[in-house]
Amino acid sequence: QKDNITFIVPHKQYTMLGAKGMVIGDDILDLGSRKADLRSSRGRRQIGGGFAPPPLMLGAPEQFDLPNVPDPALYTRSNFASVSGNKDANQEIKFAKGTTTLAFKFNGGIIVSVDSRSTMGNYISSGTVQKVIKINPYLLGTMAGGAADCSFWERNLGVQCRMFELTNGHRISVAGASKLLANTMSSYRGYGLSMGTMVTGWDETGPQLYYVDDDGTRLKGKYFSVGSGSTYAYGVLDTYHRDDLSVEEAIDLGKRAIYHATHRDAFSGGINNLFHVTKDGWVQIHAIDVNDMHYEFAEEKNNRMAS
Amino acid sequence: MADTVLGVTYKGGVVLATDQTNARSILTYQHNLDKIKELSSHSAMGVSGPNCDLVNFTEYIAKNIKLYELSHDGMKLSTHAQANFARSELAAALRKGPYQVNILLGGYDTKKEEASLYTLDYLGSLHKVDFGAQGYASYFCLSIMDRDFDENMTEKEAVAVVDHCIQEIQTRFLLSQPNFIIKVVDKDGVRVVRAGKDPADT
Repeated sequence: QKDNITFIVPHKQYTMLGAKGMVIGDDILDLGSRKADLRSSRGRRQIGGGFAPPPLMLGAPEQFDLPNVPDPALYTRSNFASVSGNKDANQEIKFAKGTTTLAFKFNGGIIVSVDSRSTMGNYISSGTVQKVIKINPYLLGTMAGGAADCSFWERNLGVQCRMFELTNGHRISVAGASKLLANTMSSYRGYGLSMGTMVTGWDETGPQLYYVDDDGTRLKGKYFSVGSGSTYAYGVLDTYHRDDLSVEEAIDLGKRAIYHATHRDAFSGGINNLFHVTKDGWVQIHAIDVNDMHYEFAEEKNNRMAS
Repeated sequence: MADTVLGVTYKGGVVLATDQTNARSILTYQHNLDKIKELSSHSAMGVSGPNCDLVNFTEYIAKNIKLYELSHDGMKLSTHAQANFARSELAAALRKGPYQVNILLGGYDTKKEEASLYTLDYLGSLHKVDFGAQGYASYFCLSIMDRDFDENMTEKEAVAVVDHCIQEIQTRFLLSQPNFIIKVVDKDGVRVVRAGKDPADT
């Protein structure tokens, strides 16, 4: 076969099989994983009657490394747990959506405000995570859940959006982009992915904000907050959000909501990264340490009480 | 189980109602979700279950029904046929990747000039009923429907029955469901009677 390269070593003959003829254990580079079958032959329910988009893969197209076990879905589900999704069965690796991210629409566009803390159980592994993912110059995504899942799938979404542009000659709408991501998540349902993201941008229909989840939920809304600190952020957002906020007031609201969430939630903290989405694309407004905000707001409160 | 879906037939149509809450764990994501999806010009289904399955299943069934119409020279499927098709898709997916949705499918057949209501559950069961309720709401509402239902009701009376059920849910059900959306399917098609909160307000 053209695809195969045969090496002859004195007492053994190794054959590097081509991409399609892969058999477990035969490849000298076999690290104990096996390639997935082509999606069509697996008899898995297809979302919307069509195929899931082929996962981005280095090397062979339409093939994805899976654990070398009879039921990969069960294996990933039982060994990697999501705190809100899969039940806690003392799995080795648990993804907790320990974060606070929020995004809200107002008349002047969309504000996206996030924290930057990454935790593994009780250990703060990083205080400088970039939780806003720049999918392309006019689409932003946020990260909550497994960092790898979020960054990988949102970059994959960027690829799909670019393919759409090249195929159709115009930019994809935010509704379309979020639907692509939601369909991908639906296809991998039961595999233990952990991702709670907001896809936001400004397209022909105006500013749009969608919440997309690892179990395929896709919701359109005026504002969302995702993560362990989301309830605290909602408290501030629900009370002070109005459609007719000015840009400065909106930035202040986004900043304060994150500050209050990081103050109360142990799994959120670090630096507040805030972005503003306008019809010309997104722009980063600031990156402020929430500790500095604490003292600024405390002083402001003192001044207010004193006067 | 937490979602409420109600359906009542009357002479010349069927009323469908669902709550508009979308929640996970202790958080409510939104209060204006529209869970009654139109399948064709004269049928709709009220769906309870996770948002993902709700959207994917209804879009799949609705588009396949549309495809049938397009490929059969505009011939419309009867409500009976649509319900059986939906059931067969639920059953086919059951042992592969089940749709966890419980449905009340209501439609009006322009040829026979009668309305019908079907109840489907996530295990692929199907039953034609005069009225029905899905979710915990059924524990509170079926008795009201048993008492008030009359096959010669008018649309106004049927909506009143649904209103009684909504009142009861808001009085006795533990979970707060402040907003309900009520739609009617009759000879003129599917239309919204009342929405607690406008689903398009996003």
